[in-house]
Amino acid sequence: MILKETPRGGVATHHIISIGDFNRTEIDRLLDHAQQIGKNMYDKKALGGKILAVLFFEPSTRTRMSFESAMARLGGSSIAVSSVEACSMAKGETLADTIRVVSGYADAIVIRHPKEGAARLASEFATVPVINAGDGAGQHPSQTLLDLYTIRQSMPIDGLDVALVGDLRYGRTAHSLASALSFYGVRLHTISPPGLELPPALTTNLMEKGMEIIGHADIEEVIDQVDVLYVTRIQRERFPDSTSYFNVASSYRITPELLAGAKKNLIVLHPLPRVDEIDPRLDASPHARYFEQSKNGVPVRMAMLLDVMK
Amino acid sequence: MKHLASADTNNDDGEGLLVRRIKNGTVIDHIDGGEALNVVKILGIVGTTSEALTIATNVPSKNMGMKDIVKISDRELSKEEVDRIALISPRATINIVRNYKVCEKKGVEIPTLIVGSVRCPNPGCITRTNEPIRSRFAVLPEGKGLRCIYCDSVITKDITSYII
Repeated sequence: MILKETPRGGVATHHIISIGDFNRTEIDRLLDHAQQIGKNMYDKKALGGKILAVLFFEPSTRTRMSFESAMARLGGSSIAVSSVEACSMAKGETLADTIRVVSGYADAIVIRHPKEGAARLASEFATVPVINAGDGAGQHPSQTLLDLYTIRQSMPIDGLDVALVGDLRYGRTAHSLASALSFYGVRLHTISPPGLELPPALTTNLMEKGMEIIGHADIEEVIDQVDVLYVTRIQRERFPDSTSYFNVASSYRITPELLAGAKKNLIVLHPLPRVDEIDPRLDASPHARYFEQSKNGVPVRMAMLLDVMK
Repeated sequence: MKHLASADTNNDDGEGLLVRRIKNGTVIDHIDGGEALNVVKILGIVGTTSEALTIATNVPSKNMGMKDIVKISDRELSKEEVDRIALISPRATINIVRNYKVCEKKGVEIPTLIVGSVRCPNPGCITRTNEPIRSRFAVLPEGKGLRCIYCDSVITKDITSYII
């Protein structure tokens, strides 16, 4: 995967930091491997005796538990830090020192951190592989890989019409997914509240790669055209008051009525947790794939762990 | 040793000698008008450093209209230092002076990586913390700016305001 000499003179090792470090061949190979694992075709002792350090300095349910589950299913074990307060960083220790120390305790490190670039820093100081499990508003490559995996379960990714809905400015999952989809000739539709559009630098970058990006005022405008509706949470703290939040959030809510005019094979994805973005009545619909998407985190992260540790 | 020219490098456009020659050091000529102080800044030369520094700004130039000149005594800039100047003044020329003679004359080349001299504009970037790292920016092709290696933030304009 990503073989890098660390600038600190450390041992060359594999890391998974950003979806931008991948090419299409590497993504497809990893998804193929995850697909095999999903069919129960894997060595259940492949990582026997190996230890995964799970350093989560931000809250997480799905990402953390699915990494731990993935490690356990491969015969390995996990050791965890679940907050800054629970480790020596509360005493002022730098992340760099923490990573150096933890490198001595584990065979790989999974890190989530509020600062963008924290995983890249960790990869420079670690002597074991580092996997980025989300760094601030930055990258979340394992989420992107499981998003792609879930789309591929339903249909080939090439040439699809994919709509990104919600907070596209700060949502790291939307940024990473948009970047990855640029490998597949996807036409991208964006629907976001004013001020929460995709960052211009990212849009420019994607268009330079040949991606067609079409902005829409509302979901109704595009619902009959898209194959994938990727919904992200609109964060309440981005709005000056509750009223303006609810006004915006309600206009981006996915309901069964909204999907009445959708393509038969449309799938609705969401990185979760959802708040008000998806009507619970949609959960029973064949369009709804977000819980399956979440479950897919395990085989995809198993493939990632095997990739960096084998 | 072959001497390339006189160290009075600021008279090549015919405007005459404006600042004293230096015995040893570096003369940075053909800096875009008004950028001399930013050149000094990007080289990390501050009031507490020991170099004798001469700065001429907005000197008339036949080729450039206005240009700036910076002379630094007793210090020969490294290639890495020189190339940083390309970010803000790509037409600059560097003259290494020894015993009043220009011994080396070279243009600046835009580097592929800028280390430690530019601050990331993103307050959420890990480089804006107390971690023991220096900022690193990839220089984007075709003058499209700088990209932070850590958080992917891109600086597309007004690079000088981010110089540390």
